Amino acid sequence: MGRNKSEKLKNMCIFALPGIFVFCAVVIIPFIYGFYLTLTDWNGVSQVKNLVGFTNYGEVFKDADFWNSMLLTLKYVLFSVLLVNLVAFLLAYMLTNGVKGQNFFRTGFFTPNLIGGVVLGFIWQFIFSRVLVNFGEATGWGIFSTSWLSDPNKAFWSMVIVTVWQLSGYMMIIYIAGFTGLSTDVMEAASIDGATGFQRLKSIILPLMVPSFVICLFLTLSRAFMVYDVNLTLTGGEPYGTTRLVAMHVYEKAFTARNYGVGQAEALFLFLIVACISGVQIYMGKRKEVEA
Amino acid sequence: MERGSKVGGTKRKILDAAGILVMVAIFLFYMIPFILILLNSFKAKRDIIKNPFSLLAEKGYSLGNYTEAFEKMNYIRSFGNSLFITGLSTLLVIVLAAMTAYYFVRAKDGISKIFFALMAASMIIPFQAIMIPLVSIYGAQLNLLNHRATLIFLHIGFSISMSVFIYQGFIKSNIPITLEEAAYLDGCTKTQTFFKVVFPLLKPTTSTLIILNVLAFWNDYLLPSLVLGRKELFTLPLSTYTFYGTYSADYGTIMAGLVLTVAPILILYLFLQKHIISGVVAGAVKS
Repeated sequence: MGRNKSEKLKNMCIFALPGIFVFCAVVIIPFIYGFYLTLTDWNGVSQVKNLVGFTNYGEVFKDADFWNSMLLTLKYVLFSVLLVNLVAFLLAYMLTNGVKGQNFFRTGFFTPNLIGGVVLGFIWQFIFSRVLVNFGEATGWGIFSTSWLSDPNKAFWSMVIVTVWQLSGYMMIIYIAGFTGLSTDVMEAASIDGATGFQRLKSIILPLMVPSFVICLFLTLSRAFMVYDVNLTLTGGEPYGTTRLVAMHVYEKAFTARNYGVGQAEALFLFLIVACISGVQIYMGKRKEVEA
Repeated sequence: MERGSKVGGTKRKILDAAGILVMVAIFLFYMIPFILILLNSFKAKRDIIKNPFSLLAEKGYSLGNYTEAFEKMNYIRSFGNSLFITGLSTLLVIVLAAMTAYYFVRAKDGISKIFFALMAASMIIPFQAIMIPLVSIYGAQLNLLNHRATLIFLHIGFSISMSVFIYQGFIKSNIPITLEEAAYLDGCTKTQTFFKVVFPLLKPTTSTLIILNVLAFWNDYLLPSLVLGRKELFTLPLSTYTFYGTYSADYGTIMAGLVLTVAPILILYLFLQKHIISGVVAGAVKS
């Protein structure tokens, strides 16, 4: 980048410096500063921060609410990731097997992804607390007689349903891209060799779709771990804080309970878990990838 | 007609019909929340409580809910704020990311390598791990909260890693250095070369990134809620949230408010669906 030293320096300042500056100011410095915050007793308002050593990390281990919400989040992530990918894969499989109007369906299924979590949560809050109750009264079906959002277990599944509804269309288009990339030669060869539909799916399609699975699993995992908007507007953590996912817990620890140090320490735990899971998952995916 | 002699006879047709029926059923399930919200946004509260499914409303249909929601959400102002913040953030992140990525690919110096690796690695950091120190730095220490410019700055910072990453891949494999050398020999500076020769060639990636960033910025709730506390600065998701909290019992007004919030993006989708879908796929596959 440049003929001589001063021109090189000038070009670095013009091209790379602004981007690097914003990145550092918004991501790197706060991330590092976050470690420092965990060592203090800051309450968000006062000018003084006292260094308290590692007591905040001790607090994290004593914070039963945090571990409950972490467990709930793991359960939520497990079911969401499985169901989202299952539904998305099936939809993509059906749509790429000659159903007419593929584009129309694809456009429709993708629509929920365009809308922010806040609005989606509100829409479904209306569905669960009014529409389904009304439906239950009209049909006499007991399962809908009271709002799902007032029962801890059903409220949990409401969140999973909304997540599947929202994300499956997104993952579906990634799987569709994977399906359309499958080589027709390989598929024909398999048919000629007498492979049945199921054999083809198991021995050819699934192994060749591994890259798509890796992408979709990565996307759904990271989305599900960090979900906040839908949680906030669909259940708000209710009833009695039983549906509070870890992102919401961290938010409340810091900004509502004004316990910034502990909140940040918990956020770092969340970061570690997400980093480990994504790392393992990408590593396994790369190992299973086959050359097409 | 000789049955069976043609490839795909009656059996095939029945299967096709069954397939379409199944798809239509699933499709309706996906669309029903939107349909119900739209339907009920024209009805009075009593009719909604009585039967949210009915097409016939005793009190009739009206646009009253809309005028009320429009006013109470401060729709024009929040829409304007969202448009301003989304537009400027997207424009700036596109230019900054393209320039940074270009420098990273061409300079190949230590700084490029270090910061490219940092940016790639930073993409796995959850927002929650940064939000608390962010509020502490930009709020308590710098006192910069409650400005739209601050939100724009933060939006850029959070999305620049992904944008640089995607641009970097594209420039590395698609932009031949010989083109730039020709322009450079003709006396163009690096900056001129970049904007006249390189940047126009990045168009496919630029449109992908515009779509991804616009969707992310337009719909974001958590970051704006931490930065913007004053009502005059609220973006659409923020004013929808407060509006819903205040009028949660006025079902009709709320439905109209929700329709108004999703309308802009759905209208855009109607015209740009192919671009939006392929943009999102490209973004997912590349990062």
